[in-house]
Order: sequence, then structure tokens, then C-alpha cells
Amino acid sequence: MTDSSLAPAAVAQKNAIEVRNLNFFYGKFQGLRDVTMDIAERKVTAFIGPSGCGKSTLLRTLNRMYSLYPGQRAEGEINFYGQNILDSKQDLNLLRARIGMVFQKPTPFPMTIYDNIAFGVKLYENLSKSDMDDRVEWALSKAALWNEVKDKLGQNGMSLSGGQQQRLCIARSVAVKPSVLLLDEPTSALDPISTGKVEELVHELKQDYTIAIVTHNMQQAARCSDFTAYMYLGELIEFGETEQIFFKPKRTETEDYITGRFG
Amino acid sequence: MTENITPLYIRRRRANIIGTSMSMVAMVMGLFALLWILFVLLSNGIAALDFNMFTKDTPAPGTEGGGLRNAIVGSLMIVGLSVLVSTPIGILAGVYLTEFGDTSKTAEFTRFITDIMLSAPSIVLGLFVYAIAVATVGNFSGYAGSLALSLIAIPVVMRTTENMLRLVPGSLREAAFALGAPRWKVSTMVTLRAAKSGVITGVLLAVARISGETAPLLFTALNNQFFSTDMERPMANLPVVIFQFAMSPYDNWIRLAWGGALLITLAVLLLNILARVFFREKVGS
Repeated sequence: MTDSSLAPAAVAQKNAIEVRNLNFFYGKFQGLRDVTMDIAERKVTAFIGPSGCGKSTLLRTLNRMYSLYPGQRAEGEINFYGQNILDSKQDLNLLRARIGMVFQKPTPFPMTIYDNIAFGVKLYENLSKSDMDDRVEWALSKAALWNEVKDKLGQNGMSLSGGQQQRLCIARSVAVKPSVLLLDEPTSALDPISTGKVEELVHELKQDYTIAIVTHNMQQAARCSDFTAYMYLGELIEFGETEQIFFKPKRTETEDYITGRFG
Repeated sequence: MTENITPLYIRRRRANIIGTSMSMVAMVMGLFALLWILFVLLSNGIAALDFNMFTKDTPAPGTEGGGLRNAIVGSLMIVGLSVLVSTPIGILAGVYLTEFGDTSKTAEFTRFITDIMLSAPSIVLGLFVYAIAVATVGNFSGYAGSLALSLIAIPVVMRTTENMLRLVPGSLREAAFALGAPRWKVSTMVTLRAAKSGVITGVLLAVARISGETAPLLFTALNNQFFSTDMERPMANLPVVIFQFAMSPYDNWIRLAWGGALLITLAVLLLNILARVFFREKVGS
């Protein structure tokens, strides 16, 4: 635990999520150790670190994805606008509708492009046909995909290219109007051009959404995040504004990782 | 290049030739047996495969001609009802095993029972249905036949559904959960849909499996010389007709038995081809 771990609070900034003394266990193995950090509202927070450092684990606690698997458990507190989501009474479906997630590999559902978007919306809203049409167009536009697919909404989502599929998945998450978007290495399976599009998208989306992104690509973290957290072996080593982490890291471990001497 | 040809390489190349030829021989033996069966069936059955087979009923002893109409219709009804019963049960149970029960004690127990059911001799299942649905009611019936066939089909459908659902990547499930979808929606709208062609393949293979079953029908549907669509009464069906006619002393009965055997084989072949087409579609998408 470091003194700089509460960085965003130092700036006058509203937090969407506040993680407090979070420990995470895969059975007996401890995946996260005493993590405390804030995720600022309408900012992009990036998690970096070598494989197995716990950055994806941390992301998966934020929407309780781990609860799907017996044997995985979290201790501590994660306050989402003041409400502790680790509480056993927390309704997981409602939580996940408010904290959306996009995965490493594109995961279009085996249905049409239109239905891919409508699927999540229908779960919580009863829209008329024309309202649903509007919502689908809105979400696809947000994900910068509308122009490419507007003439083939009835096609299967799997027929799109990898980059388009990933933007479809982002559109699908955006469509249910969550307040937070979790991106788990969203570009690692994409070519550089698609990666660029998704990064631009992240920049656009932070006007309206709080974004947490896990990435293996340090340039990506530097390019599109406001805050960066460096993690190693389940611990949060350093957390602060991206500029500070990349140009004036306080810890030598962080500097070693960023400059490529380690990791 | 020549310096690469070491004694070790020569030995490997020889082992490769021996291995390849041995598997070729095994393949030819399997194929030969299959083609032999098809040849014998065709040469004996093709004579009976005429219009009369589909329009006339099974002949009485000592009468000329006749067909298999009653047996074909009976088989279709018995197998059809059995599919209607076993498909939903098998699919739902398969969904339970992968999506809901997974590692629970109930699921483990169900899997164990399914394995036993899959390997249980069909004559045992026939005897069981005889005891509960024939002996108690007092007569053989088409319904009892369907019940016996369902007991064979359910575990097949269940197991294939489970295996096909397991092939669906976990990330697809997680993606659906991440949108706030409840488990039943994830299972029905996303995973089952993703495994659709595999599940249909399983159902087709189950149909192919039960359409030739004879032992369970001997105890349950029995046979009927006349045309009947009353499933509460004994019903004619192809496997039992083949069984009885093939061992009879009448030439036209024996001819019909061959015709029926050919018909079932062609139907099963068709189902297998359909299953392949469905599965290929899945792999293609």
C-alpha cells in the first residue's frame, strides 16, 4: 500500500467507485492484496502491469463477475456511488446493467446485429419498435459503427470483422446506458486500425461514462487514460494521474516496468 | 539436402510408412464391412421396394403380395411421439447440467444415471416399460412403445446437449451476464442458441438410434396385422415386422422384411446426412 494510492481524491473530483482494502481469493490463492483506490467519474482509469498481476481480477470484482464462479470471493469494500456492491444483498443483474463490461475477445451473440444491441435493452426497458430502432442507431453511432452496418442490421453479428465485432460489443454495453464501462484488454485481439478506432471511442465515451480499462499496451494507457494504476503480484504499487505515472513515477518498480527494464 | 538423411530419419520414415499402411488396412476393413451390409440389403430389399410397399398393409399368413403401410405409419407415430417427449426433456436436462447444476451433487448424480441409461441394454428398458405400462394396463400399446423409445432417446439428447453447450465459450456467457441478464435468459437466448445446430444434430442422431430399436418394441407396441392409428392398442412397426417376417417360412414375408430393413437403413442414412449438414453449418458460421 502506498501513500499515492488515493490520487484522484487529491484533485477535486467526484468518484464513481471507491475500492477500500480489497482482498480477493481464487480458492486459497490470493489474487489481490489490500487494494485501495478511487475511480473518478467520467474519467478513464487504466490498469497496467505484467500478466497475472491482478489487473483483470480487479476489473472483474467491479461488476461482481467473479460471483459466477464458486470458490472465488472478495473481502473489503467497493463503494459504487456510496453503495457497497460486495454486500451479499446486492442484486447482481441490476449492478451489471449499471456497470457494463467489454471483454478481450469480441463476443457477439449468435443473433442479428440489431438483436445483439436490443438484447440487453429489452431486459430492463419496454420500448416501442420505433424507440428501439432509435436506441439501436444511437448505440451503434456511439460505437462509431452505425455507418458500416446500417444497411445490414438483419445480418448475423458473427459475420462482422473482428474490429467491428468488438465495436458491436461496446455498442451493446453502451445501449443499456450504464454509468461505468469496464474494458478488459479490449484491443488485444484487434489490428492497429481497429485499435485506433476503439481508442478514439474511449476518448469519446468518457464524456458520458466512467471508464476503467485493463491494457497490456503501455502506449495505450498513456494515450487514452487520465489515471493509471500500476499493479504487481496482486498489489497496487502506484496510482496517480497518467502523466505523473509515465513521466515522474514515484516508485522505482513503476519506472522499471514503464521503461521496459522489467515485465 | 542429402546430409539431412540420417539413420534416425530413415527409421522415422519407415515407421511412418508402416503406421500409415496399417491405418489404411483398418479403414478398408471397416469400409468393406459397411459396403457389404449395404450391398446385401440393396440386392435383397430392392425387389420389395415398390409402390405396394407404401400402399398395402402387412399380408396375412399364406396370402400373396402385401406391403408395409401399417408398419411404416406405426413406426412414424411411435418414433414421432417419442421425439416430441424426449427432445424437450433431454434439452432442458442438458441445459440444467451445464448452466445451472454444473458441479452440484444433483448434477453429478444425474450424469451418473445418464451414463447408466446410455449403456443399459434396450431389452431391459423394454421389460421395464412392459412391467409399468403394459402389464398394469392389460394390453400392448403404441404409447408404451413410445415410452420405451423415449427412455433410450432422452439420455442421448441430454448428453449431446450438454456436450454442445460445453463447447460454447465461457466468454459468451460472461458477456451476456455482463449486460445484467438473468441466468435463464443467458441459457435460452445466448448459449442454447449458440449451440443450436449441435443440439439439433443430437436430436437427429437420437431419432436414428431409436428408429431401428426392436427389443423395447417387442415388449410394448408388439405388432398389429392391420392398419391402426390408435396408440392405445398394439401397433405395427417396422423393426418388429422385420423381426417376425424375416424368420417366417413365407417368401413374400421374407421379401418384405428385406424391404423394411432397407427402408430403415435409408432413413437412418438420411438422418445422419442431415445431422452432418446441420453440424457443418455450425462450423461454417
